[in-house]
Amino acid sequence: MFEFCADPASLAGIEWLSCYLTTGKHMGLYWAVGTVLLLLAITAPAALLFGFGGAAAARSHFRPLSWFGKGYIAIVRGVPDIAFFLFFVIALDQGFEWIRHQIKCPDWDQPIRQGNDFIVCAAAKLPLSSSPQVYHEVYGFFLAVLTFALVFGAFAANVLYGAMRAVPHAQMETAEAYGMSHRQAFWRIMVPQMWVYALPGLSNLWMVLIKATPLLFLLGVEDIVYWARELGGMKTPQFTDYPHADWRVWYFLALLVFYLAFTHVSEIVLARISRRLSHGQATLAGEKLRKGPRGRGKAAA
Amino acid sequence: MSCWDTIADYALRSQGIGERLLPRSDFTLCQQFTLIGSGMIWNIYFGVLALVSGFMLATGVAVAKAHHQLWLRKPAEWFIFVFRGSPLFIQFFFAYFLFQSLKAGYPFFGAFTAAWLGALLVLFLNTAAYSAEIFYGALMSVPKGDVEAADAYGMSGWPRFRRVIWPTMLRLAWPAYTNEAIFLFHATTLVFFSGFPASQQRGDALYYASYFADKTFNPFIPYPILAFYFILLTLTVIGLFGLVNKRLNHHLPKERRAKIRLRVNLIR
Repeated sequence: MFEFCADPASLAGIEWLSCYLTTGKHMGLYWAVGTVLLLLAITAPAALLFGFGGAAAARSHFRPLSWFGKGYIAIVRGVPDIAFFLFFVIALDQGFEWIRHQIKCPDWDQPIRQGNDFIVCAAAKLPLSSSPQVYHEVYGFFLAVLTFALVFGAFAANVLYGAMRAVPHAQMETAEAYGMSHRQAFWRIMVPQMWVYALPGLSNLWMVLIKATPLLFLLGVEDIVYWARELGGMKTPQFTDYPHADWRVWYFLALLVFYLAFTHVSEIVLARISRRLSHGQATLAGEKLRKGPRGRGKAAA
Repeated sequence: MSCWDTIADYALRSQGIGERLLPRSDFTLCQQFTLIGSGMIWNIYFGVLALVSGFMLATGVAVAKAHHQLWLRKPAEWFIFVFRGSPLFIQFFFAYFLFQSLKAGYPFFGAFTAAWLGALLVLFLNTAAYSAEIFYGALMSVPKGDVEAADAYGMSGWPRFRRVIWPTMLRLAWPAYTNEAIFLFHATTLVFFSGFPASQQRGDALYYASYFADKTFNPFIPYPILAFYFILLTLTVIGLFGLVNKRLNHHLPKERRAKIRLRVNLIR
């Protein structure tokens, strides 16, 4: 990258390191950090949306819908989440291909499951075997995002379901006394108030989501774990200009520090949001804010 | 080949006893049930040992974190921060490569590169950190009156801790600790998917489940089997911890007893 990097063998110390850390492969690692952030940026709102849908379904008066919502919430408890990750990636992939197969090749007469193989017609393959490599990567990433959103959506549904029930019932009754319909009361009274009750659970979930991002590696995405293993392994002079011993322990130490910093910053930001949301709420935290620091002594007494 | 033969061949396969080769084709339901069940031995091994040893360290760390002296409090806080703030998955990788590089200098660390010891150590430290945070929270909410009553009886120091503070702390922490135990068992599935290799295909339940899913390209059989085993394990843990909870609460009137409620899932 830098001009003095032309002949790595002659470099030493900090110059060598600065060249080493800016090789093309290391750029892959830095891009992978971006992948992780992108995953978080897409998954968090998607999971919240799934969670909202799940919680609303679980509250529904229509029985089958309520069973579906409750089932969705319940199924992720009791089973290791990593099993879900491994399961959903294959299951979703096969599900999509099966649907496309039904639409695109209606006159296909062979069974789809032949012994140990899952065979759909060539036109139903996702992505098409003729499409460029980047499509395969995007599709893999898309599957990973969908899997994360499904699993975390169930967690979020659980949190939001609890938060909806935590909104004081009198608020809903008052809304109905004012002549609001169920739907209006739900959107205008419950939804704006539930966030303060949901925030502790959602903050926890965000931390859990951050800590789940290395699992991308298991889903076949070239994420930071992949690159740390790849770059850290022993390099001999035949194959690279920057030979080194097995440095994987240092790469994983760097990842450890990266995640610690990330969760720590998140903690600080979430504490701020919680403070902001508590403003004017009829909760202990809101009361504390109202009274200010002088009132705190009185409250404790 | 009947199902009993399969069980005889593969029930202890995860420990290296029985048939050497895993089934390669024509997988029967019986084979999948047996092998995944065999893998559960590892999950239970990691879970139980980490839980028991982690419990003791967690008590110590929680007390240290609540201590007023800085040199005790700070290390405890850092220990909890490091293990709770980073993904378990990365901790496994880091530990594995750390032990590998230590092995080069000190052959003593050779055993730690194997999952049975190295991964157990990571799980032990990890669950100790999570439990310590739970115990610390409970320690902070031990009722003032209980401690004052102990003082009035002339108890102090160790007897006061052992007979008043510690049992109350456990009672308050128990519902949360039950969840921690459940998710520790779930976390054991990560072991063979991180750095630690499964030698001679002796893996845990998830290792075999994904083996079958890869071979048959059909995730709809092995993963539900795995889920079945884990739900069974979860129910067992809830049952056992419920008994302890009963014992911890038996001096209280019925309505004040804390119930164990399963909380939302935690990935570490």
